[in-house]
Amino acid sequence: MPTVTYAQALNEALREEMRADPRVFLMGEDIGHHGGIFRVTKDLIDEFGADRVRDTPISESGFVGVGIGAALAGMRPVVELLFMDFALVAADQIVNQAAKLRYMAGGTVSVPIVIRAQQGGGRGNGAQHSQSFESWFAQVPGLIVVAPSTPADAKGLLKSSIREGNPVVFIEHKLLYNTKGDVPENEYSIPIGRAEIKRDGRDITIVSYSRTLLFALEAAEKLAQQGIEAEVIDLRTIEPLDMDTILESIKGTGRLLVVHESHSNCGLGAEIIARVGEQAPDRLIQPARRLGAKHVPIPVAEPLENAVLPQTEDIVRAVEAMF
Amino acid sequence: MSLSPEQLQDAYRQMLVIRKFEEAIRNLYQAGKIRGSFHPCVGQEATAVGGCWALRPDDYMTCTYRGHGQAIAKGLSVRAAMAEMLGKAAGCSKGKGGSMHFTDPSVGLLGANAIVAAGIPHAAGAALASRLQKKDTVALAFFGEGAVNQGVFFETLNLAVIWKLPLILVCENNRYSEMTPSHETTSNVETYKRAAALGFEAVQIDGNDIETVSNAVQEAARRARSEGGPTYIEAMTYRLWGHMMGDPEIYRTKEEVAKARENEPILRLGRRLIELGCTESDLARFDGEAEAIIADAVQFAESSPAPEPVHAFEDVFV
Repeated sequence: MPTVTYAQALNEALREEMRADPRVFLMGEDIGHHGGIFRVTKDLIDEFGADRVRDTPISESGFVGVGIGAALAGMRPVVELLFMDFALVAADQIVNQAAKLRYMAGGTVSVPIVIRAQQGGGRGNGAQHSQSFESWFAQVPGLIVVAPSTPADAKGLLKSSIREGNPVVFIEHKLLYNTKGDVPENEYSIPIGRAEIKRDGRDITIVSYSRTLLFALEAAEKLAQQGIEAEVIDLRTIEPLDMDTILESIKGTGRLLVVHESHSNCGLGAEIIARVGEQAPDRLIQPARRLGAKHVPIPVAEPLENAVLPQTEDIVRAVEAMF
Repeated sequence: MSLSPEQLQDAYRQMLVIRKFEEAIRNLYQAGKIRGSFHPCVGQEATAVGGCWALRPDDYMTCTYRGHGQAIAKGLSVRAAMAEMLGKAAGCSKGKGGSMHFTDPSVGLLGANAIVAAGIPHAAGAALASRLQKKDTVALAFFGEGAVNQGVFFETLNLAVIWKLPLILVCENNRYSEMTPSHETTSNVETYKRAAALGFEAVQIDGNDIETVSNAVQEAARRARSEGGPTYIEAMTYRLWGHMMGDPEIYRTKEEVAKARENEPILRLGRRLIELGCTESDLARFDGEAEAIIADAVQFAESSPAPEPVHAFEDVFV
């Protein structure tokens, strides 16, 4: 299997879907000859032209709205936001429009749009360029929310997202683009809504996704040296949530820690733990815990940012406290 | 091409249907049979009918919560619209959309929208799709002058010009943004000048004269189909009723409204038809026909079954 970066894997997914389906086209800032700030759309304009790899003005509400209109009229737009933080500029179009038009029309129309953006911190981009919004989007009925952590998952899930008939918020992470991984050479896709166990273990279940999934795997290696075997589940899709995989895992481990980079307060950890409490309270031998960003905006200086965002060591300590 | 006398008669009939649709809804609303809000388009029928008549059935259209007339003019079934108002399963949105979200893609109606200006980029997107699909369809967005202070209005106008989209924007300037006179909230209430500044072919017309509206939209559609780019039409009209049911209308005098009634589009088209040879009894007959269409729609809607609660969980990704 070839080893490629996360950004290259996404690029392959876009290229393959654009070749396979003339309805697929791209819109976003600097995605044409520049190839996107993280090179995800690199060279696509050479093969598909400026009509299908469409540079936009800095006008998120406008071009997300245009993407929705094109989707209503039978196209399959993939719209890139430079930073997830800018989704708020287009919030009406994403939340009031894309998510609801099919429902409000009694199913007579559909909005097959993919809204891609990178989010998260870790490189000092500051409070308006480092946020994580998956919990917000997961709260909106009508949106599918995907957040892959590996190149293979990124490619397979982007392909499924483009083929999905409903709006998908496709969440990338700015510090995953240069990570490498094996990606199958043959045609494949990863189904939306399925988590994957990335590491087997018997003592505790750590649920994570996106960049903190890599931290969870690192933490699991360190914990193994102390004799604690952590099972690490990569959610991959945030909405719909694959609770079955989580509930099955805690049947064996009896312990649950949810880790994410977005803020803890009202976050996905709270949701998952609440569902475990409702659906399988007696499977846990310890109260479940969550680890997310502390409740302040994301600062720039490294020691400050590291104090706010969960790190590998924080995961290790959180797990240790549960034994 | 101007409308023929026969077409003008048909337009008159359709405008009457729209007027009577709104009157029937007012009665049903006051009888407590309609949930939510209702934003009537009474007095603005010429923009709806004139605008949609200049389009083909496969052309796209988006409109606003004041869009009952436009939706019907584009081809939405009056029965399906009335059933939707009454929250019935036979409604155009199966009771999930209501007054503000009439949609029927089979007639090119991509949707009415309850967020001011939000449907404008959707029409632009449909126009872009036409271009990418190498079709000669065009898209038209109706909106009011209250929409021109929204950010997405400017964003879409800019995109439409740089991408030369086959887009027609019809601003119905009815002088009031919700319950405030627009000149109090808008730096230059002649909104077509904003569009012109952004590079649109932009005109201001008498929106209460159906022939003028139809001609302007026909010309805009011709330009759009021949890759001549987008057009902005500011159609001057007047909202004869309030913003919504229950609006006390403290922002204007009864005299002002009475004066506006002398210029309302159905009255004017009636006079024109008389000039063209119709008789008063012809007009009365048209009126009776429209009345019958609406009575049938009300009867259909009232006798239709309500949706089952389980249907609340369909037509969305779950």
